[in-house]
Amino acid sequence: MNRWRAALQELKKYPTAVAGLLLIAFLLGLSAYAVIAIPYRQALELWRGGEHWQAHPRNAAPAWTNLFRRRKLPPTVRLDSVDNGLAEQDELAGLRRQRITLPFTFNYFDFPSEINLFLETEFTRKTPLLSIRWQTPDGRQIDLGAYRPLRRQRLSLSQDRELAARLGHPGHIGLMTGSAESEHPTVLRGDYQVVLEILHFEPGSQLRADFIVYGRVHGLAGTDHQRRDLLVALLWGTPIALLFGLAAALGTTLTTLVIATAGVWYGGRIDAAIQRITEVNMILPLLPVLVMVGTLYSRSLWLMLAVVVAFGLFSAGVKMYRAMLLPVRRAPFVEAAQAYGAGSRRIIFRYMIPRVLPVLVPAFVTLIPTFVFLEASLAVLGLGDPLLPTWGKILNDAQQQSALYNQHYYWVLTPAAMLMLTGLGFALLGFAMDRIFNPRLRSD
Amino acid sequence: MSEFATGDGVNTKDATLLSVRQLRTWFELRRWGLLKVGDVRAVDGLDFEMRRGEAVAFVGESGCGKSSLARTLLGLYRPTAGSIWIEGEDMAGFDRHQLHLYRRKIGYVQQDPYAALPPFMQVRRILREPLIVHGNRDREDQERKIRAALREVRLEPPETYLTKFPHMLSGGQQQRVVIARALILKPALIIADEPVSMLDASVRVEILNLLRQIQQQRNLTLAFITHDLSTVRYFANRIMVMYAGQIVERAPVDTLLDQPRHPYTQALLEALPDPDPDNAQKIRRLPKGEPPSLVSPPSGCRFHPRCPHAIKGLCEIKPPPEFPIAPEHGAACWLNQPS
Repeated sequence: MNRWRAALQELKKYPTAVAGLLLIAFLLGLSAYAVIAIPYRQALELWRGGEHWQAHPRNAAPAWTNLFRRRKLPPTVRLDSVDNGLAEQDELAGLRRQRITLPFTFNYFDFPSEINLFLETEFTRKTPLLSIRWQTPDGRQIDLGAYRPLRRQRLSLSQDRELAARLGHPGHIGLMTGSAESEHPTVLRGDYQVVLEILHFEPGSQLRADFIVYGRVHGLAGTDHQRRDLLVALLWGTPIALLFGLAAALGTTLTTLVIATAGVWYGGRIDAAIQRITEVNMILPLLPVLVMVGTLYSRSLWLMLAVVVAFGLFSAGVKMYRAMLLPVRRAPFVEAAQAYGAGSRRIIFRYMIPRVLPVLVPAFVTLIPTFVFLEASLAVLGLGDPLLPTWGKILNDAQQQSALYNQHYYWVLTPAAMLMLTGLGFALLGFAMDRIFNPRLRSD
Repeated sequence: MSEFATGDGVNTKDATLLSVRQLRTWFELRRWGLLKVGDVRAVDGLDFEMRRGEAVAFVGESGCGKSSLARTLLGLYRPTAGSIWIEGEDMAGFDRHQLHLYRRKIGYVQQDPYAALPPFMQVRRILREPLIVHGNRDREDQERKIRAALREVRLEPPETYLTKFPHMLSGGQQQRVVIARALILKPALIIADEPVSMLDASVRVEILNLLRQIQQQRNLTLAFITHDLSTVRYFANRIMVMYAGQIVERAPVDTLLDQPRHPYTQALLEALPDPDPDNAQKIRRLPKGEPPSLVSPPSGCRFHPRCPHAIKGLCEIKPPPEFPIAPEHGAACWLNQPS
């Protein structure tokens, strides 16, 4: 154990190792945060999409990108009639008239991505009558029509064809510009107002409006085409990637090591059989097999892990460890141990494996990101776990939605950056460990 | 030293520790791991005895089977035929448990001290391993024995060496640790396979002296395996000269060096560097050729293709038995046939 503590002390002398350790610590911290902040079931539920996300814009860039823009993009403005509205009421011949004004200031250089109005109405028999009026900063009043809303209804001003025809542009552009006639309308900045005039026909009827002017930036990580916050997948992708990488690396390294050692120690036909199986296994292409399993059977992450480890049993590592262990098998100190009566198990675990650990541990550390990348590659190919939010799934969605063509760079770059950080962290640590443990690479 | 050199120090019948009869260690040669195509006859019919407290040197060229003999005696190779009697039991018939107990009685000193020590263990751990393997779980007792063993090989004070890794020691110190490891189980027999050939000339004498002192103090039996006749004179009581898996001549050390009777022994002795300046110009007759194949050894006497005295019609046909020449002196050569 002293050797390991000494090795850790030694690691501190290498700045690259420290950087690698910090990166890994950051990823581990992120994993812990993800697991605590968003419980597993909730994460799956959120990633499935749907109503959770109806207040989020589609394809919004991360909010911090505004720091690098001269012309700031708008964030989402959400106005609730109860919290933000100025309500007036009066009674009129048994009818109740209500007016709700929702004011907001818009000072950005780009149009919102969408404008929706969510209505929740409570009534027993007769629906209230709602008419909506839009007031621009330059004082124009635009009539958005009258509705008899259902109990729950979404009014999409962006998709209102009649409104678009009237304004010459889709709602979220036409309503926000002072130059509607122009081919290239510009944003009219200033104070807007949405006025809801409601006529209640029943004493107890209620209408609650949730007015959302969807922005073009959102949160730390932005959103995707299904309005899902990418932060969920970026956060939860971390523990999944680390777990997969660690489990696959551990599974393949340990089994491979034991198989190689057994072959070297017992020799003869056992060794020959292991070598032949390894050679056959080495020419079997893993990725197509995974694609087949994923397409025909199941895309579960755990199944993929099992297939990866099963193929890893007799991987090229067997050859590598065998080459390292063969001289150890014949080493005089092993012969001496046999001569004083050490048994097979003692020799394998106390004399042979410790001899290859210095090479094995760094190799193991550098192997982890390989499997992280493999999992991401599978996801990019559309073979990711159907339920789990992972980095690869983000990339897969981005690719299917032509994110780069549509200039949604953040959609590709953030998960790619996470993958790169993982690879970098483990590679920095692994290479530094290699320099410490592997006597052939020692400079002193 | 003279007491040992004459070879008459111990010779009672009861003193026999090890008795080897018709010992064969052959290795099967297989093609594709299946078809047997022959045997490597590394050790091919050895008969000898070793007494308690005696140092016996096994001398021969590389490939003569002396290291295979060592490994067979250590129980690393199973003998193909024959028996190895030790303290009244035949080692060739031992089961695993008996073999384990047998290994306590034998210490092993190897050629390359650095390779013989696991590089990832400290000296304390290296010396503790044999104790653990043989069921000693008492830490204090282990520590006592480890320190005693280090003192016995003159690594003093022991504290200085306990936490050292092998690469931190000099070649001579490494070999002392190897010797300490061989001694720690209090064996009756030490097998030393070329114990000084990898060491610097300056250290060789020290190590040889140390081995001899320990052997005398503990009345150990020592099998000293070497290709170098020059170190043998100061060390062994008796010499056995091996050629192609067989013993061709055996004698007390002075007898053999002064009156060698087998042409192979004579050739080996002539190949020794001679410090006498008068002999500087003397042309040496070195044994021609190479050691014979152990897979298909020459017919008759195995030395006949290289022998300057080979008798046609006899040597290549009939293998010579060992002819007694004097008490304890015998040579397997037709030239010594009593007429």
